Amino acid sequence: MKSAQRLTLYLLLAPAILWLGLLIVLPHVEILILSFSERVAPRVYAYGAGNYLEFFTEPLYWRTFARTAIMSIFVTAITLVLAFPIALYIARVAQGRTKAMLLLLCLLPFWVSELVRTLGWMMLLRETGVVSYLLRAMGLADQPVELLYNDGAVILGLVYGGLLFMIVPLANALESLEPSVVEAGFDLGGSRWTVLRRIVIPHAMPGIVAGSIIVFMLTVGNFATPVLLGGKNGLWFTEQIYAQFITRFNWPQGAAFGMLLLLLSSIIVWAGLRLTRQSLGTTLRQA
Amino acid sequence: MNRPSLLWKLYIAAFYVFLFAPLLVVAIFAFNASPFPSPPWRGFTLEWFTGTGAVFGKPGVLMDPIWLTSIGNSLKVAVPVALLAVLIGTVNAWVLERAEFRGKTLLAMMMLWPLVIPGVVLGISILAFFSRVANGLEEWLQRDLDFLRPGLSLVVLGQLSFILTISTLIIAARLRKFDRSLEEAALDLGASRARVLRTVTLPFLKPALIGAGLVALLMSFENFNTTLMLVGSDAPLPITMYGQMREGATPAINAVSLFLMLAVGGIASLFALTSKAEV
Repeated sequence: MKSAQRLTLYLLLAPAILWLGLLIVLPHVEILILSFSERVAPRVYAYGAGNYLEFFTEPLYWRTFARTAIMSIFVTAITLVLAFPIALYIARVAQGRTKAMLLLLCLLPFWVSELVRTLGWMMLLRETGVVSYLLRAMGLADQPVELLYNDGAVILGLVYGGLLFMIVPLANALESLEPSVVEAGFDLGGSRWTVLRRIVIPHAMPGIVAGSIIVFMLTVGNFATPVLLGGKNGLWFTEQIYAQFITRFNWPQGAAFGMLLLLLSSIIVWAGLRLTRQSLGTTLRQA
Repeated sequence: MNRPSLLWKLYIAAFYVFLFAPLLVVAIFAFNASPFPSPPWRGFTLEWFTGTGAVFGKPGVLMDPIWLTSIGNSLKVAVPVALLAVLIGTVNAWVLERAEFRGKTLLAMMMLWPLVIPGVVLGISILAFFSRVANGLEEWLQRDLDFLRPGLSLVVLGQLSFILTISTLIIAARLRKFDRSLEEAALDLGASRARVLRTVTLPFLKPALIGAGLVALLMSFENFNTTLMLVGSDAPLPITMYGQMREGATPAINAVSLFLMLAVGGIASLFALTSKAEV
């Protein structure tokens, strides 16, 4: 009986172990090893940190990396500021059907493919697009206006893509705020601003952290939005990984870039969790 | 705070306009009688859905082999991904909720990892690892193993790597709510273990199994980052869309997008119905 139970357990564990072993752990070991191998002659490789040195010595690479990191932080901050009033409204003001409706309307666009949403922004922003057309029709511009292929368009697209992942954790966190606490704040003479800053925001902190981590991760790892909305000026680090792997067929260099991207994303997640003493599981569940 | 100011309400309204503007534009211009997906409005047409290309020189979605093949490729990936996600996800959920063994906390944590790994990195790591495996095996077996090379089978594996996390979480959440005394009652009444599973446990899990399957189907259909790194010559739908968007597409791409939106709307309302039935 005992050994039969053990056999059942092993059988049940097998899929999980195959999945995590063959699709997650070993592939990452593989790119870690690959990232430390250098081509010394055709088809001959030696171990060394050359791919990482190349990253630090070639300005295009580390600048794209730094640009991706900084713009992602910026995008996360804008997303937070834009999403907060919406989440607050959904959690504290809206009631019953309106509340369910508002939340569902937030969810719907994000179920649609990222590419469809990006197509929408391209059609709105490009020189022959809807916004340019409307500006001319209203007499605000006398020539077609190109709003695509600049940093503004990239930031807009990335913020748009991140909003939902900020609103849901924020609304969840704000949901549990006791109305009496807010009332007490007002009764004690606090202004709206003071109550918001001293009571509401501290209470929402777990949601703010969860939302920010997820938005940052999604933004840093995004590919289609910066490439399509930024064009040649997009310069996103994932594009460098793609170029090394698929276009130039320099896998060791691409693997090194992949490890660096993974490192950046993991450090931010880890730091965010440490800062607020939360676990990965509860954070992801909030999303 | 319960009486929102006018400014706040205006902001909410503006926000929802912002949220739906790109989708509306995509949908509306699917019906524009123009060879380009841009204004001005030149009249209503269904040419971009069913046209043969006689009017604008380029065919509509349902007549264009490029679009039809890529939708077919997406289905070839999404159906196995969804089936495997439900099957393996159920086993995983069982392990997480019912089994007791050393290292369970670690395993549960590892199952969350794929969600924090950027999709592009998942893609390249699986590409590199399976290329190595293929190189080794081909040398040893002296035959080609194309299914380990970039192509639809590798896309299935790449997408499963993170979709399994989602399906496992959905099914485990439902299994946690299950009242185990129901199973015990059935066993006491003389049912075999297999019969209890079939007549008590699985029917209880059914909404979660359907839900996980639909989510997996949708995520597979729409995945871009991981898929991009693993495709061979057969392009699934998002890859074809990406290519067309870079080169400049006809409004046929709007028609495809509208189909996608309708599918999403359908799945979402299905969800709304099943979750209402649960309550």
